Amino acid sequence: MTTPSLEIVSLSVAFGHGRASVQAVDKASFRVARGEAFGIIGESGSGKSTILRAITGLHDGYDGDVLINGNPAPRPRNRDFFKTVQMVFQDPYSSLHPRRMIRATLMEPLEIYRLDRREARIAQVLLDVGLAPEFAYRYPHQLSGGQRQRVAVARALLLEPEILLLDEPTSALDVSVQAGVLNVLNALRRARGLSYVMVSHDLRVVAHMCSRIAVMTQGRIVEELTVEDLRAQRATQPYTRTLIAASRAAVTAD
Amino acid sequence: MTDPLLEVRNLRVAYPSAHGYSDALRGISFTLGREKLGIVGESGSGKSTAGRAIMRLLPPKARVTADALRLSGFDLLGASERQMRDIRGGRIAMILQDPRYALNPLKTVGAQIMESYRIHIKGSRAEARDRMLAMLEDVRIRDPQRVTGLYPHELSGGMGQRVMIAMMLIPSPKLVIADEPTSALDVTVRGQILDVLNERVEAQGAGLILISHDLPLVSDFCDRVLVMYGGQIMEELAAHDLSQASHPYTIALNASLPPLDHAVDELIVPEYDPTWLTEATE
Ligand SMILES: Nc1ncnc2c1ncn2[C@@H]1O[C@H](COP(=O)(O)OP(=O)(O)OP(=O)(O)O)[C@@H](O)[C@H]1O
Ligand SMILES: Nc1ncnc2c1ncn2[C@@H]1O[C@H](COP(=O)(O)OP(=O)(O)OP(=O)(O)O)[C@@H](O)[C@H]1O
Ligand SMILES: [Mg+2]
Ligand SMILES: [Mg+2]
Repeated sequence: MTTPSLEIVSLSVAFGHGRASVQAVDKASFRVARGEAFGIIGESGSGKSTILRAITGLHDGYDGDVLINGNPAPRPRNRDFFKTVQMVFQDPYSSLHPRRMIRATLMEPLEIYRLDRREARIAQVLLDVGLAPEFAYRYPHQLSGGQRQRVAVARALLLEPEILLLDEPTSALDVSVQAGVLNVLNALRRARGLSYVMVSHDLRVVAHMCSRIAVMTQGRIVEELTVEDLRAQRATQPYTRTLIAASRAAVTAD
Repeated sequence: MTDPLLEVRNLRVAYPSAHGYSDALRGISFTLGREKLGIVGESGSGKSTAGRAIMRLLPPKARVTADALRLSGFDLLGASERQMRDIRGGRIAMILQDPRYALNPLKTVGAQIMESYRIHIKGSRAEARDRMLAMLEDVRIRDPQRVTGLYPHELSGGMGQRVMIAMMLIPSPKLVIADEPTSALDVTVRGQILDVLNERVEAQGAGLILISHDLPLVSDFCDRVLVMYGGQIMEELAAHDLSQASHPYTIALNASLPPLDHAVDELIVPEYDPTWLTEATE
């Protein structure tokens, strides 16, 4: 078997002490091949974001392994790592500097990594996420919720990373804008062989984007499904079954 | 005739921009009784701006005008900042779109919810604590005892939304403005949370404005729906008629939903027609 682009092996993350402690992620493992999109769904608070944050090195106290192209990710994470792996955070606010114009936020990674054609790249990513060029001259608080989320996606795309971690990247978007962003993500993955890990509470989005899907409850990955399983409602866990049934009901409601 | 709970007539908002002011709301009008009104529309169409204008929470530099903006006959536009402080979180509560950002980062979740209770309702600390824990259970927080001690950045996205809902509902407001209150929750929890919201609103005879980009959700939950585009109201419908919407924008929205039972190569992205905006202006 070829080396996966990203692999986590028995990853565990705990927070707090004593009575207030919680095992946010409990021995989670999965592999993502090059060019593949892997989905994570699960209850609110089940540890989905924590897995992604541990991969990017934000929760450095994890146990287990994070392997990038077969090699352990450096601790702490370094520049090379972030050239390969980028993340779109669930809260766009947390990743955008409040007092920095969007243009400066987008320019910074291009300068750090000494990329050429900076203006053209910025114009292109903004276009990709459906934002007019003048949005580059705004501050984060001058954007709507969905516009901020799209800036966060644009920023992660700028460095053309091999691996993209996407935490609810379209949760604040209406379906029309979401469709455009998802199309761009899919086109980039196919054209450049990018690998994605995508967390979403929306089964339709996950099914459209991902070929395999992990299901989490209370810190554990309780099952892994193919997208065909998911569409055909072949799930074993009660949580997954309920979620699929409820999502189908939501489709046929109108 | 009695005053409606909320009356909004010809509300306009413009934000300062690089070249003068740019319009975010171009004269929207609606009234609200003791009912559930949905506001849907494209990202950037002005939904949150409308909610924040009613709360008088827009940045000071924003230009706000209206022929009427009244809560049970009380003029919100003319109210002093002091009067507004009493109204906010008491008679009107707004569940903000970015909860983990909107909450106070330096205080625990429990302390913030208790504070929200005690500012508007007299009662002992012990009573406030009991109500706070019960409220967290109502919004389906697993392990409320642990969660009360957490700071906002220690919450998951969906927990943050539910904490914000708990905090806003606890003082029994007369008007609740919920801005994308469940966008981080999956359908199963979302249904439960909306039930809680519904119970509270009906028990208190309150009105609710539900801002969302989720059409099926709004058509299920609300009585009436306003569809916004580019700072204007494109159409107003009974919620259950949403799937039979006549405006091309609303129809386009229904078409770009990813299907669940079969794969498609590419999603349909609606083409926008600039005449939608001009035709609605008088
Ligand atoms: N910095 C932290 N300190 C303490 N607890 C934390 C911290 N970060 C996360 N947690 C806890 O870890 C658990 C998992 O959180 P996580 O954000 O991974 O959930 P999630 O699956 O992404 O949920 P959601 O779908 O609601 O975003 C939660 O109980 C949360 O309170
Ligand atoms: N403080 C501000 N200064 C300048 N422009 C702003 C400001 N706040 C919002 N805007 C602009 O006003 C328009 C309406 O924003 P609003 O936040 O009301 O949209 P929305 O309908 O809530 O969108 P979303 O669904 O993405 O949250 C957007 O184009 C936004 O960029
Ligand atoms: Mg999360
Ligand atoms: Mg908004």
